[in-house]
Amino acid sequence: MARNRPARVAVLGSSVQRSAQSSSSRTNPALRRRIVLGVLVLLSLVLVTLYFREPQDGSLHTMRSAGTTVLKPFQVGVDRVVQPFRDAYGYFSGLVSAKDDVRRLEAENRVLRQEATQSRFALERSRELQHLLDYVSSPLFPQGFEYVAAPVVAYPPSQFERRLVIGAGEANGILVGDPVVNDDGLVGKVTDTTTDEAQVTLLTDEKLAVGARDLDGEAVGIVRHGSAGQEALILDLVEKKYAVREEDRIVTSGTRSATLEAAFPQGITIGTVTFVGQNDTDPYKQIQIRPAVDFGSLHSLLVLVPKGERR
Amino acid sequence: MTRAVSGLKVAAIVFVAAVLQATMLGSIDIGGGRPDLLLVAVVAIALARGTTVGAVAGFLGGLIFDLATFGTLGVTSLLLTLAGYWIGRYGETTGRGRAHAPLLSVLVMTVAYAVAAYVLHTMLDDTVSARVALFDALLAALVGNLLLAVPVHALVGRVLRPAERLERLPEVRLLG
Repeated sequence: MARNRPARVAVLGSSVQRSAQSSSSRTNPALRRRIVLGVLVLLSLVLVTLYFREPQDGSLHTMRSAGTTVLKPFQVGVDRVVQPFRDAYGYFSGLVSAKDDVRRLEAENRVLRQEATQSRFALERSRELQHLLDYVSSPLFPQGFEYVAAPVVAYPPSQFERRLVIGAGEANGILVGDPVVNDDGLVGKVTDTTTDEAQVTLLTDEKLAVGARDLDGEAVGIVRHGSAGQEALILDLVEKKYAVREEDRIVTSGTRSATLEAAFPQGITIGTVTFVGQNDTDPYKQIQIRPAVDFGSLHSLLVLVPKGERR
Repeated sequence: MTRAVSGLKVAAIVFVAAVLQATMLGSIDIGGGRPDLLLVAVVAIALARGTTVGAVAGFLGGLIFDLATFGTLGVTSLLLTLAGYWIGRYGETTGRGRAHAPLLSVLVMTVAYAVAAYVLHTMLDDTVSARVALFDALLAALVGNLLLAVPVHALVGRVLRPAERLERLPEVRLLG
């Protein structure tokens, strides 16, 4: 479809001469807009520069404050007009994201709880291990022994059993009969082993007995499970001629006898005397001991391994 | 007289756009960014009136915006002056009368404005995250500005009557 144009001739490429006025009218706008741009850009740069260089109470800052004051009523007016719309927008956008926010925060909360639990566990473990290290490097650690540190991996399955399982075994050099201690004192001894684990019978088990002596006196005897309670111990076979007082410290004597299967290193803390009694019918004193070890809270233990060639 | 009225209309558009940008749109956060009504208005004015008016409108709009928002005087003016000039030049030449010119102008100028603003603020030692400024906020601003482009262009075109429009350069002179 042909366009309905007036019959005009374009001058581009033609030999028609341009008048001086037309040339001037083309140059002026181009020059003018460049001058305007240059002035405005220069003005902006001057504003930025002066604004940065002058102090807070300078003329530009004062001018800005004045300008802000003038604009303030307009801003407040617009703000009041749009506030209901803004509130509505905020309300609906909040509704849209509320479920996602709850889901995200719940997931975040779960992760944080797990991390907090793990951190607390790690902290407790670190404290225990630090105590064990302190004990190992102290003079209380028995001579002639090395140690194998192991975590408790299984606790007594019922209140009638006084055995637990640790996470180290024959592969770590542990054999049946090795003493087990922690930084508080004697815990028990190894009674069974596998390659990677070992069973520890606690000192409170009825079948375990340990040669012991009064560190604050001369009495010697055998510590074994008492009848007063699950974690009560007694110091048995102490002759009446020896003086034993309450709060005396009882330690392993390091002796072996016909009734004792294995010798424990001497000087390991067993507990403190809480009661001393005697009667005419019994040739020995009745001595109760409070164990130094909290058998209900064992997490990391040390197995004492004799130095040199094993049996 | 006509020029004065026309100038007042342009000033009014710029003033309203700057105040709205500083108040209503300034508090909107869509996906980390916000539409820039002032930029879109300056682009529309520049397309309608050409380089000189576009540059002056940008300068004035930036100044008002910086005053209203306690910004650094001159920063927004500089950016919008250049934006108004370039879009005005585009309107005077290739963009004249094209239907997609407003959208294309807003698209290009939003990106260029974001990059230039990032560079300028970085030079002025403002704390600016490149990822936020050039990606998160830019995407949101692009969507918002493109949504605003058509209605703002139509409104500005309506306010500035056709007779007052573009100071067109006689690129091709016709005889006869």
